[in-house]
Amino acid sequence: MPKLTIDEREIEAPGGITVLQACEMAGVEIPRFCYHERLSVAGNCRMCLVEMERAPKPIASCAMPVGDGMVIRTNTEKVQKARNGVMEFLLINHPLDCPICDQGGECDLQDQAMAYGYDRSRYQENKRAVSEKYMGPLIKTIMTRCIQCTRCVRLATEVCGVEDIGLVNRGEHAEITTLERAIDSELSGNLVDVCPVGALTSAPYQFAARPWELRKILSVDVMDAVGSNIRVDARGRQVMRVLPRVNEAINEEWIADKTRHACDGLGRQRLDRPFLRGADGKLAPASWEQAFQAIAGRLERLTGDKIAAIAGDLCDVESMFALKDLMTRLGSPNLECRQDGAKTGAGPRVSYLFNTTIAGIEEADAIWIVGANPRWEAPLVNARIRKRFLQTGMPVGVIGEAVDLTYETQYLGAGPESLAEIAEGKGAFAKILSDAERPMIIVGSGALARADGQALLAQCRAMAEALGVAGATAPEGWNGFNVLQRAASRVGGLDLGFLPGEGGRDLAGILDGCEQGAIELVWLLGADEIDMGRLGKTFVVYQGHHGDAGAHRADVILPGAAYTEKHGTYVNMEGRVQLGRMAAYPPGDAREDWTIARAFSEVIGQPLGYDNLGELRQRLVEHNPVFGEVDHVASAPWASFGEAGTISPEAFASPISNYYMTDPISRASETMAKCTEVFVLNGAGQATGTAG
Amino acid sequence: MAALDQGARGLLLGELLSGMALTLKYFFKPKVTLNYPYEKGPLSPRFRGEHALRRYPNSEERCIACKLCEAICPALAITIEAEPRADGSRRTTRYDIDMTKCIYCGLCQEACPVDAIVEGPNFEFATETREELFYNKDKLLANGDRWEFEIAQNIAADAPYR
Repeated sequence: MPKLTIDEREIEAPGGITVLQACEMAGVEIPRFCYHERLSVAGNCRMCLVEMERAPKPIASCAMPVGDGMVIRTNTEKVQKARNGVMEFLLINHPLDCPICDQGGECDLQDQAMAYGYDRSRYQENKRAVSEKYMGPLIKTIMTRCIQCTRCVRLATEVCGVEDIGLVNRGEHAEITTLERAIDSELSGNLVDVCPVGALTSAPYQFAARPWELRKILSVDVMDAVGSNIRVDARGRQVMRVLPRVNEAINEEWIADKTRHACDGLGRQRLDRPFLRGADGKLAPASWEQAFQAIAGRLERLTGDKIAAIAGDLCDVESMFALKDLMTRLGSPNLECRQDGAKTGAGPRVSYLFNTTIAGIEEADAIWIVGANPRWEAPLVNARIRKRFLQTGMPVGVIGEAVDLTYETQYLGAGPESLAEIAEGKGAFAKILSDAERPMIIVGSGALARADGQALLAQCRAMAEALGVAGATAPEGWNGFNVLQRAASRVGGLDLGFLPGEGGRDLAGILDGCEQGAIELVWLLGADEIDMGRLGKTFVVYQGHHGDAGAHRADVILPGAAYTEKHGTYVNMEGRVQLGRMAAYPPGDAREDWTIARAFSEVIGQPLGYDNLGELRQRLVEHNPVFGEVDHVASAPWASFGEAGTISPEAFASPISNYYMTDPISRASETMAKCTEVFVLNGAGQATGTAG
Repeated sequence: MAALDQGARGLLLGELLSGMALTLKYFFKPKVTLNYPYEKGPLSPRFRGEHALRRYPNSEERCIACKLCEAICPALAITIEAEPRADGSRRTTRYDIDMTKCIYCGLCQEACPVDAIVEGPNFEFATETREELFYNKDKLLANGDRWEFEIAQNIAADAPYR
């Protein structure tokens, strides 16, 4: 390890890092614009100049690797003068429009101009002006503010994997351009985060609020099963924006566009009071007592087997636990949390988790994706795979729909027959997998959410064992068998056992029962993705936060809280338990979801045994100790799972046809509707039903 | 002896006469009172009275919704909401000042980068109800239109000292 002296202090730095990183290790702050920890080094802003002994002029610390015996000084007059000069040059063409700039208050240029700049300008000539560029519905550009750091270009090409953006021309005429194309990436919102000035700002959030007036709540995302760590910025009762928070194990410091921009859906189509379907067939506002009495009246003459409950994709563990308790009191075994009809879950924990973990992708040397489109189902998992691909160029094989995953893939086929071929060891990819030291299989819901899902799961498990992906044949401590979940509530629900009990019906059984009249009351906990047409004449209780498909069909609506409005526990696809926190109160009469089940249990005279969140969580941990280990992934032991059976030759179909609208919140969001129009319908102008 | 002196003064009405003399003196001096509301005292150009939102001479409102006044207001009397106007410029959709909270410190006009919010020379805005003192954007802009001449003069008079 090279030893170097920074500001008279001797430190030992790992080889291969840059002087800037070494300075940070030594606790010395170096101003920078173009340098970003997770992007390649550009070295073009010159803000990070430091003095090095025996160097004729200051060096750019972000681009200089550390060497043994270096003597670095960061606080000399020369360095200060260099910073001053760079700052003055940057501000020559930067407009003084901080008061109308959305970056104002959280702007790197503003902060560093205060800390390292002169207090006045000597520049008298005209400033240059640059025309705005179109970057799609999520990014607003004010290109005159750009300082050509090229962070956005590097982010788009390296992390997002789209090469739609670049720097053209030279010198004073240099400008960032997209050639009038929208940035077609699910991670495009991160361009705004890395921009150190106000050149790229969030279009939906434009002029909405100032950073100093927002309450910042650290929470967890529920738009997919990745469980990205987010910071929810709220003002009053309104969530203004969602930003990423660093978690190296999950999302690094990126979040997907749906996570970031669907938050305007939280203010629309909300259920803010209970509703009751009257004799005229119309939903009318009601009080909580009336709603509860209506349900209790129905339940009076029903036995447990005529009642069912389905939990949706956005539920927290607490609400599912309370509803499960309630259903147990009512004697109903018909519970289901897999509203896409996935067959995984009843088996051991290893059979439904992303066992390698997201950070573990960076150790893999071959990946095989079966029936999944990670780019849409979990954009941050896809970003990790791309990161690993860029590091090593590892082979990635795909069975399922042929989609552009932003990295090179080998397309192996569309359906189970290609799977069987590889199982027999045919083809080049089977050899790649068996030769690989740490291979991964990612099985998606395109393969598991079908009638033969159990058989496919069994086949994938057998192949994983045969190819050394997981189990006894895999290297010590390596488990390359992964299920790519799509719903934030799924792993939590499965850990909880929100599944058909003894003699209970699963999703297909419940829907059949509803059609035939065998099920007379179904309780939908935020479940909107099931086929409402098959509910027949069943009495439907919908507990949720948005007026979506479920509320449309419901006979009683119980208004619940969205994920930003309650303290909740979520388990991500790796099996990592994380806590979401309340950022704002639910609107109107809506309540936190577990309290609704608790209150209703009182009405039917069978109160649940907890009166506050602490007691509920205690019971949760007693039920399954997994929930006690927050922010921790316990590796699940390998076991046998899946059931052999006949496999239909039907090709794997992607469960998502539109990334931007997959849940009630994103369907209510105006921003997501705009994205759908631009990215999914490709501006074809097809009527969405909301236009005009 | 003291009693004799006091008696003589009493007899000659000395105190009364000196009092009358003072009265007479003030009778011929200029008056210090004003016949308010028909007469008013002089005001400094820096006087901090009722708030107003100003416009540019082309009648475009000055306020750009930067929210600095809201941030600096020590009494939290200002509430602003903003969104892009149809032409894409940054404007307020709501600009409220609770005049019952305001302490007339003048920090809002100091913070304003475009001289939009100012405290004008008007101090006669008493109302009969509390609600009337919750000023909204229309009221503030109307104030600006009404007092523009005086406000502009005051700003010009104070400019050399800034």
